[in-house]
Amino acid sequence: MYPDNYRYTKDHEWVTVEGDTATAGITHHAQEQLGDIVFVDLPKVGDSCTQGKTMGSVESVKAVSDIYSPVSGEVIAVNDSLSSSPEVLNADPHGTGWLVKIRVSNAVELDGLMTAAAYQEYLGGSH
Amino acid sequence: MVDFGGWDMPVQYSGIIDEHHTVRRQVGLFDVSHMGEIVVTGPQAFDLVNYAATSAVSKMAEGQAQYAGLLYEHGGFVDDILIYKVSNNDFFLCVNASNQEKDFDHIVSINRFDAQVDFASASYAQLAIQGPKAAATAQQLTATDLSKIRYYRFADGEFCGIPSRIARTGYTGEDCFEVFFDPAHAESLWNQILEAGAGFNIKPCGLGARNTLRLEAAMALYGHEISATINPIEAGLLHNMDLNKDFHGKAALAPTLEKGPSRKLVGFEMTGRGIARDGYEVFADGLPAGWVTSGSPSPTLNKNIGLAYVPADKSELGREIHVLIRGAQVPAVIVPTPFYKRAK
Repeated sequence: MYPDNYRYTKDHEWVTVEGDTATAGITHHAQEQLGDIVFVDLPKVGDSCTQGKTMGSVESVKAVSDIYSPVSGEVIAVNDSLSSSPEVLNADPHGTGWLVKIRVSNAVELDGLMTAAAYQEYLGGSH
Repeated sequence: MVDFGGWDMPVQYSGIIDEHHTVRRQVGLFDVSHMGEIVVTGPQAFDLVNYAATSAVSKMAEGQAQYAGLLYEHGGFVDDILIYKVSNNDFFLCVNASNQEKDFDHIVSINRFDAQVDFASASYAQLAIQGPKAAATAQQLTATDLSKIRYYRFADGEFCGIPSRIARTGYTGEDCFEVFFDPAHAESLWNQILEAGAGFNIKPCGLGARNTLRLEAAMALYGHEISATINPIEAGLLHNMDLNKDFHGKAALAPTLEKGPSRKLVGFEMTGRGIARDGYEVFADGLPAGWVTSGSPSPTLNKNIGLAYVPADKSELGREIHVLIRGAQVPAVIVPTPFYKRAK
């Protein structure tokens, strides 16, 4: 369920890094809690984002939830297909439902995030 | 599960959108036992209810239900309620869960009649069967001929063999039956209704779909469209008021009746990209003008819709307004309500 090569935040985002490029999204647990996702608001290419700060939002029928950036850096790509098909976030949150790609400015930040095992433990404890 | 007026209630079962479509196309089942019940009886029960309620209680037949406001002296809403008239000496009031104690105290406080007011919420569970297949589902469970119960009428009979009040009322804009009965049988009736509706793919529905369905039908929700600081004229409920009688709070409405309300409740559709939510600020002609009372995606219309208070002189159909969404003014247009009306 939770890929081992991803890192996870307490706010239920995931991030995976190749070279200096991070791909980020929301976790399966997040989409499950939100229910039917109907709207996604993402930053623009070129925006800078800061770890732990709001970079966008996802909306279910019922509610709005902020998305916090899992790492700091510059946004170099956004998943535009989500604006017409936000339901992909429910169907495949760890894959085709990725949100943004970020050029990482401080790779050390990743050390503060959870491993898949730690995140699942965190989920277990928060219920 | 969420806390709703002290009740632990499910927001969704199979998903809000799925439940919403189920009610519009087939039939859904809601547990609305959190709703409060107040019973008014006695020789002057009619006089008390007629004084407490904004609506034309005098025009009600036995076995009829009617929507009404309960108002404070100052003209704001204590609550909105459904009145069920059993007889002139016996009225059954269905009130909002979170307002029920307040409603009871209010009615008692204005009772200068020979009428008895009883708090009866603990005596009733309430299940709502809603959708085009509501009658076909419910009819399997009762000998009462449901085709004889017209919209906003009710009958007392047996439902699943249990003495029940069976009402053709609801909060979704669809055909509907609401059944009131002894809570001891709630689980059994819930299961039997699901079984009876299985052929129509009945589904249990939660608070989430209840809200999107009532919003499409532009039905008010206390704490959103109506509250202690909103009067019925502002809320667009003038047609529901009987101005030929005295009712509690009426005197305070005289200036609004004479001059017209300064603000009005309107429906809108987002034309820009974004979803309006409860409490978001509304702009008209570039200036702060009001607020969103309820906003949501509409699963039936596949649009983002909402209700808002705006100045009366900026409330005409077709006007462009803006909703402040995360710092950005996103355009919307004022449209007629209800957003959805079922085909007769």
